Amino acid sequence: MEAFATMLDDLYFTNSNLAKEEILANYFRSTPDPDRGWALAAIAGTLNFDLFKRNLSKSLIAERMDPELFALSYDYVGELSETIALAWPVSENAVRLNRLPSLSEVIREFQSRSKQGIREYLTTMLDNMTPPQRWALLKLGTRGLRVGMSARSVKRTLARMKDVDLEVIEELWHGLEPPYEGLFAWIDGTADMPDVSSAIAYLPVMLAHPLDEEKDLERISPATHQVEWKWDGIRVQLAANGTEARVFSRTGDDISRSFPDLLGAVDFVGTLDGELLVLPEGPDGAVGTFNDLQQRLNKKKPSAGLMQRLPAHFRAYDVLNLEGENLRPEPLAERRRRLEDFMDDLDPFRFSISQLLKFENVRDLAAFRDEASASSGLLEGLMIKDRSSSYVSGRPKHAWYKWKCDPMLLDAVLMYAQRGHGKRSSYYSDYTFGLWNEAGDLLPIGKAYFGFTDEELKQLDNWVRSHKQQRFGPVQEVKKELVFEVAFDSAHRSSRHKSGFALRFPRIHRIRWDKPASEANRLSDLEQMVGQNRSHE
Amino acid sequence: MGTASSAENWMQVRPEGLYCAPADIYIDPHQPVERAAITHGHADHARPGHKSVFATPETLAIMKTRYPDDAPSMKHLLNYGEKTDLAGDVRLWLAPAGHILGSAQVVIEHANQRIVVSGDYKRHSDPTCTPFEVVKTDVFVTEATFALPVFSHPPLGHEIDKLVRSMSLFPDRAHLVGVYSLGKCQRVMLALRQAGYSHPFYLHSALIRLTELYEAHGFDFGEWKPVSDYKGREKEIMRGRIVLAPPSALADRWSRTLPDMLPAMASGWMQIRARARQRRAEMALIISDHADWQDLLQTVDDTGAKDVWITHGRVEALEHALTQKGIRAKALALVGREEDAD
Repeated sequence: MEAFATMLDDLYFTNSNLAKEEILANYFRSTPDPDRGWALAAIAGTLNFDLFKRNLSKSLIAERMDPELFALSYDYVGELSETIALAWPVSENAVRLNRLPSLSEVIREFQSRSKQGIREYLTTMLDNMTPPQRWALLKLGTRGLRVGMSARSVKRTLARMKDVDLEVIEELWHGLEPPYEGLFAWIDGTADMPDVSSAIAYLPVMLAHPLDEEKDLERISPATHQVEWKWDGIRVQLAANGTEARVFSRTGDDISRSFPDLLGAVDFVGTLDGELLVLPEGPDGAVGTFNDLQQRLNKKKPSAGLMQRLPAHFRAYDVLNLEGENLRPEPLAERRRRLEDFMDDLDPFRFSISQLLKFENVRDLAAFRDEASASSGLLEGLMIKDRSSSYVSGRPKHAWYKWKCDPMLLDAVLMYAQRGHGKRSSYYSDYTFGLWNEAGDLLPIGKAYFGFTDEELKQLDNWVRSHKQQRFGPVQEVKKELVFEVAFDSAHRSSRHKSGFALRFPRIHRIRWDKPASEANRLSDLEQMVGQNRSHE
Repeated sequence: MGTASSAENWMQVRPEGLYCAPADIYIDPHQPVERAAITHGHADHARPGHKSVFATPETLAIMKTRYPDDAPSMKHLLNYGEKTDLAGDVRLWLAPAGHILGSAQVVIEHANQRIVVSGDYKRHSDPTCTPFEVVKTDVFVTEATFALPVFSHPPLGHEIDKLVRSMSLFPDRAHLVGVYSLGKCQRVMLALRQAGYSHPFYLHSALIRLTELYEAHGFDFGEWKPVSDYKGREKEIMRGRIVLAPPSALADRWSRTLPDMLPAMASGWMQIRARARQRRAEMALIISDHADWQDLLQTVDDTGAKDVWITHGRVEALEHALTQKGIRAKALALVGREEDAD
């Protein structure tokens, strides 16, 4: 338990992702099974039970501490677990332990004890721990660990330890369970790679290269390539083994819990690659915007009302395996044929196939792309795929292209700046910018922290420092004098933003040192961009 | 001895600060006054512009360093325990407060009563100053900077070990420690020497004058160099070494030039995770020059005071806890104390 708490503390205070991964790898190397596996589960968020109820620690401290002093402390610290960890008054007749139990012993004790037993055990632990150890236990116990490390970063750590590609870990991941002894034995080199063939596994996805108009267009012909819309939903993988179905995000995160309506309609065995969309107007109506979809993504337990208003829909691009048959080595043309046959039988309310766009020449492609550009962001552009390509992970050259629409551009005025993270923590590198309204006020429309070079970052940082106005906590207001040409993929109306709009994927396209702020765009310009046609099928 | 209610007749709170009426003297006044007793050299206690100043020789030396242009017409150097009689039948003397070099509690006796104004103080070990001395008193005037049960400062050596451990773990990173220039800086340096750190310290220019002052008082920090002596690539020498700078320099441009800098912050506030993250510290060293919660309660107990006046900090919590113990506690509404200084 000591090593676990120390490691969490180190992770918490470390800024750089690389250093975090190094800390975690060191811990995995120096910690025996099954402790390291439980720690892995705690950090990756795969622990699937609470050790105790959140209220338990609160009720324990209420028994030993003056309520007013506790309230004042809680107010000051602002976080329950930390307040309890720091303020816990050790009882004079506490049971003294010679050493703390290991992480796995702690987990075993909590799992095997009665309600009263859990109470006593937690008390003894808290009496024998330092504040950081108490914090670790309280956070672990209610699965609230936030040490600034993503599941992806954890998997990358494992991949580096074994010196394999991230995809290898991602493919294994969903077939494994805490405390991951098989995984670590393989990493240590004392066992073969764990066999996850019977589990529903995420298969690393195949990605596309951006199309190089100069070089790539001439390679493309109707005989060799298929063309589809690139939808602005989220790319997912739908996998089912006959008893269970799951949806994975492009990075292998299991997002099944948010989409029970879709999974309930799955009655096949196979793995499909496609786009997750919502259909607010039913199967024959227009596809929902990304904003609509986001409402579903944010809900771990969607209500019946939400699912009815924004039903989830899967638009299939590809098939990876079917009825136990691995189709990934087959050429795309063959996979497409299998997909078409198979999709025929599925419920059209939940499933559809991505239509192929008929084209003769490059001019047709350009026309499709213009059509996508006019879709207000529902379509991001075109996907152009070599019909002979097998399905492989990563981004093989010349297999798949994406030809995205040109971004929308606006000249916006810099309003606020904030310091960045990690290497950028001493630079003002996060910028909030806005457009003028009719009354001549600037209203913020978005925030961006990339799109400029390191050299430009230095110049921007200098500019911010010499144009400071008021400060709001970490947010530095600046004089409204600098214009950014901001690029974004789409814009939509949003009641959460003061300006009434939100941008998708905004980035700094150019810094307009030369342009007076008064000549930046108006909100009405953005309104026009958004107010275009939205239905597309 | 008398009661506190009568003590309030001759020790009052005025806009300038705490005021002893019969002797016409303020303690740590916030504005320039005729006559002042100064507990210690931190800027929120020692202001310039007073005509006549009573303080320890060290505190006066610190004030001279900080305010070179300020020349009180009368300096009354008082060693710890040395008593002086003031007008209005008031006797004043100073006792060690254990806060920083020269820090003192101001003991004032009048009309058969004693009031101890402790200034800022701590009970933890500090190689740079004389330890806190308990003075029995009727009224104890205390700070409450860390007066919440969540504050329990670990031993100094424990926190220094964190730093030493990190230097062996990350021998390629310059360890930048944010410290206040007066007291904290020198305490951290001495503690590191005691822990066996034998390389030079690299100091931000804002820390140099006061460090030299400590040296003039006989403290030996071993070798140290100004960071400003090193240009560009020369700073490579600071890898795996200790660099000290004021807290504000941690997230400032100044720190960018250090090789693979690891920001640490030494302060009592570092006990609270969010505060440490706010400072962008990657290492939180809980090193405080103030009393923690237990020490505040213990000290009040030790002095035997029946009345406690609280000057600044988490006033409510201390007032509540003391009242529960049957001690008459009240908050003094003093202006001008810095919340965050530690």
